[in-house]
Amino acid sequence: MTHVVTENCAGCRFTDCVSVCPVNCFHGDGERLYIDPVLCIDCGACIPKCPAKAIVEDIDILGSPMIELNEEKSAILPVITAKQEPLPGAEARRDALLAEGAA
Amino acid sequence: MTGSIAIIGSGPAGFYAAEALLNSGEALRVDIFERLPVPFGLVRYGVAPDHQKLKRVTAVFETVAAHPDFSFIGNVTAGRDVSFEELGAAYDAVILATGAISDRKLGIPGESLPGSHSATEFVSWYNGHPEFRDHSFDLSHPCAAIIGNGNVALDVCRILAKTPEDLASSDICDHALKVLSDSCITDIVVAGRRCPLQASFSIRELREFAAIPGVEAVFDPAEIDEASASPEEMDAAARMLNILKGFSHPDEPRKAARRVHFRFLLSPSRIEGEGRAERVVLSRCKLEGEAFARRAVATEAETELSAGLVLRSVGYRGTPLPGVPFDDAKGVIPSREGRVIGRDGETVSGLYTAGWIRRGPSGIIGTNRECAAETAEAVLADLRADRLAPDPSLRSRLLSRLQTGAAQTVDLAGWHRIDQMEQTVGAAQGKPREKITSVAEMLAAAAVNMPEPALP
Repeated sequence: MTHVVTENCAGCRFTDCVSVCPVNCFHGDGERLYIDPVLCIDCGACIPKCPAKAIVEDIDILGSPMIELNEEKSAILPVITAKQEPLPGAEARRDALLAEGAA
Repeated sequence: MTGSIAIIGSGPAGFYAAEALLNSGEALRVDIFERLPVPFGLVRYGVAPDHQKLKRVTAVFETVAAHPDFSFIGNVTAGRDVSFEELGAAYDAVILATGAISDRKLGIPGESLPGSHSATEFVSWYNGHPEFRDHSFDLSHPCAAIIGNGNVALDVCRILAKTPEDLASSDICDHALKVLSDSCITDIVVAGRRCPLQASFSIRELREFAAIPGVEAVFDPAEIDEASASPEEMDAAARMLNILKGFSHPDEPRKAARRVHFRFLLSPSRIEGEGRAERVVLSRCKLEGEAFARRAVATEAETELSAGLVLRSVGYRGTPLPGVPFDDAKGVIPSREGRVIGRDGETVSGLYTAGWIRRGPSGIIGTNRECAAETAEAVLADLRADRLAPDPSLRSRLLSRLQTGAAQTVDLAGWHRIDQMEQTVGAAQGKPREKITSVAEMLAAAAVNMPEPALP
């Protein structure tokens, strides 16, 4: 079991999650973040912090390529330990994602 | 910039404050003082023994502890072995991260009958806290009642419900496993005041109950107050309700040796029994207030639960530290952005706070990282401003007085000797560790020098 960052992060990259991660398991590039499944302790602290609802448990998206993508990318990208500025247009993308999710 | 910071308490808040300070790029020394000989606070003594994955967070704390400018000073009680005045004079800053480990009371008749305990006491007992390991719990009655609807309520419920075989591979203490192995409990009721829509336990913790060997979770959908719920509230709680609805109905024939009953809209009004707890009388509740801010209000209607063990899990509170401002109503040290504030509303120079003693007992381990990082920012900002640095000889005199005093202190190497011994003894039993549960034995283990590896 692990937690997984979904495509909702791409284009937002709010990074609120990293400030509550107890084990520094978030890695990222300029576009989005990924969770290292080896380090993640499944505490769930990050889920409610994400404005774009981009973090889920793997058992909720079984079979999704996102699970492997998080594993692959977190192994090669640098760890992100402190909150950074969201990407330009993050708020608009978040609002669109949430409206889509509610529909 | 240079400086030295004392942190009081070595739980998550203390370690995350240390992490933020040591990673700040400034030349800071951080000394963590801990009341017990062993570090990690509620990660060691609060996190359930069958949640080993969460305990892996200690690897992060060990990385912080390995920093050359970090010291662990265990078996020292601030306010007793060293005064806060002395600490304040010897350090540039003192961060209070002592947590909130006393329990809130229900305030109902019969609460002090034998058989009625706080969940905190039970948790500290099975986790081997030296001050609780000799407490006793009578598990001879077939029914137990747990009052409260948070994750701690679910932790104690799981420990009571699981079979000894299931628990044997956890790091539950041997003394507790022996008592639990002789348990006669067949039915455990978890009773919350509000309805499932407002329950404060998390989905992942509830979901665990669907798959515990030998345990059947039971729920009656009639206890969802659908009539007064808004569609938005029903939506928000949809996953929680789906899990609950997947549990057995109480009228179905029993499928397992132990049943866990999730009950709602019940508020305890008294605990009764002849010389010990035998039953809990609860008032049926109705909900009042707006959506997402509903309160449970007791009605005249009552119901009775047979229970020889009653565990209340209705929150923790902090305890005051001598000479330190304290908000008795909230059970926290009053603060602004991590700076302690006195009665006059002004900040107390050099004094800071982080974690549960700052915010109250809410949030999980990671929540304390964000909280402690904010406190560390306040410390750094104040250190960068003009200030009068303390005489560095005061800190070294303080530490040498503690190290050469009558009471033995435990440093990082001492903790690692305790840790190693616990893991070695645990491994022989197929457990991650067997905790040492007395301070005297911890101190003995810390003092033993491991034999040097023999030369070939």
